[in-house]
Amino acid sequence: MRAIIPAVSHQPPQRRLISLWPSMQLTIGGGAVLIALAIWFGSSALIDTTRFPTPREVYSAGLQILTTGYAGGTLLMHALHSMKLALLGFFCGIGCGMPLGLIMGYSRKAEALLNPIFFFIKPIPPLAWIPLAIVWFGLGDSAKIFVIWFSAFVPILINTYTGVRSVDQTLLSAARVYGADRRILMREVIIPAALPMIFGGLRISLQASWMALVAAELVGAFYGLGRVLMIAAQDIYPGMIVIAMACVAIAGMAMTKALGLLERVALPWLRPMQ
Amino acid sequence: MNSASTVRRLVASGTSLGLSTIGLLAFFGVWFLASASGLAPKRVLPSPSDVAVTLYQISVHPFAGYTLEQHLTSSLERFLAGFALAAAAGIPTGLLMGWYAPFRYAISPFFDSLRFVAPLAWVPFAALWFGTGFGGPILIIFSGAFAPCVINSFRGARLVDQHLTEAARTLGAGHLRLMAQVLLPGALPSIVAGLRISAGLAWQSLIGAELIVVSSGVGYLIVQGQGDVAPAVVMAGMAAIGFVGIAIDTILLMIQRGILRTWQGAVQ
Repeated sequence: MRAIIPAVSHQPPQRRLISLWPSMQLTIGGGAVLIALAIWFGSSALIDTTRFPTPREVYSAGLQILTTGYAGGTLLMHALHSMKLALLGFFCGIGCGMPLGLIMGYSRKAEALLNPIFFFIKPIPPLAWIPLAIVWFGLGDSAKIFVIWFSAFVPILINTYTGVRSVDQTLLSAARVYGADRRILMREVIIPAALPMIFGGLRISLQASWMALVAAELVGAFYGLGRVLMIAAQDIYPGMIVIAMACVAIAGMAMTKALGLLERVALPWLRPMQ
Repeated sequence: MNSASTVRRLVASGTSLGLSTIGLLAFFGVWFLASASGLAPKRVLPSPSDVAVTLYQISVHPFAGYTLEQHLTSSLERFLAGFALAAAAGIPTGLLMGWYAPFRYAISPFFDSLRFVAPLAWVPFAALWFGTGFGGPILIIFSGAFAPCVINSFRGARLVDQHLTEAARTLGAGHLRLMAQVLLPGALPSIVAGLRISAGLAWQSLIGAELIVVSSGVGYLIVQGQGDVAPAVVMAGMAAIGFVGIAIDTILLMIQRGILRTWQGAVQ
């Protein structure tokens, strides 16, 4: 009903206004960014460089970490190290959380058995595991992977479980009537129906993994973007802090976008129609 | 509702209760046995009873300068200040982004790029700009809690039925009246849902901040426990953190339910 009414009542002038919007968005957005940059460049002389960097400082910090390196490595080495750890922990978490979520969603008995344990573990924020991880594994990579594993584990489990539980009962009964056994039911009905929820969980898990990695590296690490942030903070080097923060954001965004692409490939039926 | 199906349901709920008990007993049993049998040394894995005793001890005797209550109080003060600040700034920003397209166009390039900076990555600037006492942690909490407030308020503002706003305008509602009586109530459920998400992120970011830069609070308590290689203290602190997290979420859930009830009552 709703979808039909606007299509009929659209007047030509309105439509022209709509087609103008993207360019207006670009103008205002681009203008705001340019003004902010202009203020930053223009006030270079006024900036207290122990608190906030001038554009020149950011440039030289970027050049330094790209070529000669900082905090024990070049930018590429730090970024790749961090992303490797985050993805490793992420995949371990997914590998545990997704099957458990499927089982808990599929079988009421498994749910009854595992839910109370999960109830105790779930409320503890992943970052609170960092000290325990350090006691158990030290400051090396395994402590970080443990914390990231945990950060990724909880959201994907919850979403997979919810996705399986919200599968349309009629679909399940229909498939059973047609003689689908448990394996076919899982593969052809439950998993495809739960997939949108699962991807939602993957996105939350990925973001939680990245956040946990940065935190764990700030607490103690030999390598990685968090280490760069920590050393830059100790050196009171605002230019390098900005570079490291930008890298954290760009790497996080790149991984989220990659997951979004994967989602589009895996869920062709949810793509908006062109 | 015949008696056979009631019996079947009773048996089913009895089975699930039994299974739940088995699950819990197995969890704590394995933990207890691993620790009591010396399979995992006490310096690595204290038993559940050790953790409970330690929880009592640190709430009576000061650890890392303060008792558990004092640590919790200073954590909660920071949490409330940072969360309130994020809500006070984030909700209007999100609503304005939803209502005025030009504002959205101007803000979204900054918002979209800053959103991907992990909250803890603000630690160096937080320490540099506001120090490590009260202000620094608040910036970190703010950076964790701000984005969900904005996103959900924005969604709420966009979700308001166009027909309602048009009807209100036709009936002669002015700008302010439209906001107060149509747009804000329409957006409220989504705003409150956003507050719950951001409270969770705020609590988590605060713990992270306390691990790194602060010298009081529960996060500081567990990092000191780690420094002393006292896993029982770390685990007791984790239990306290989890408990407070549940309490915060429960309070917000109750507020959310209350608002939804009055909101739906007002509509009917």
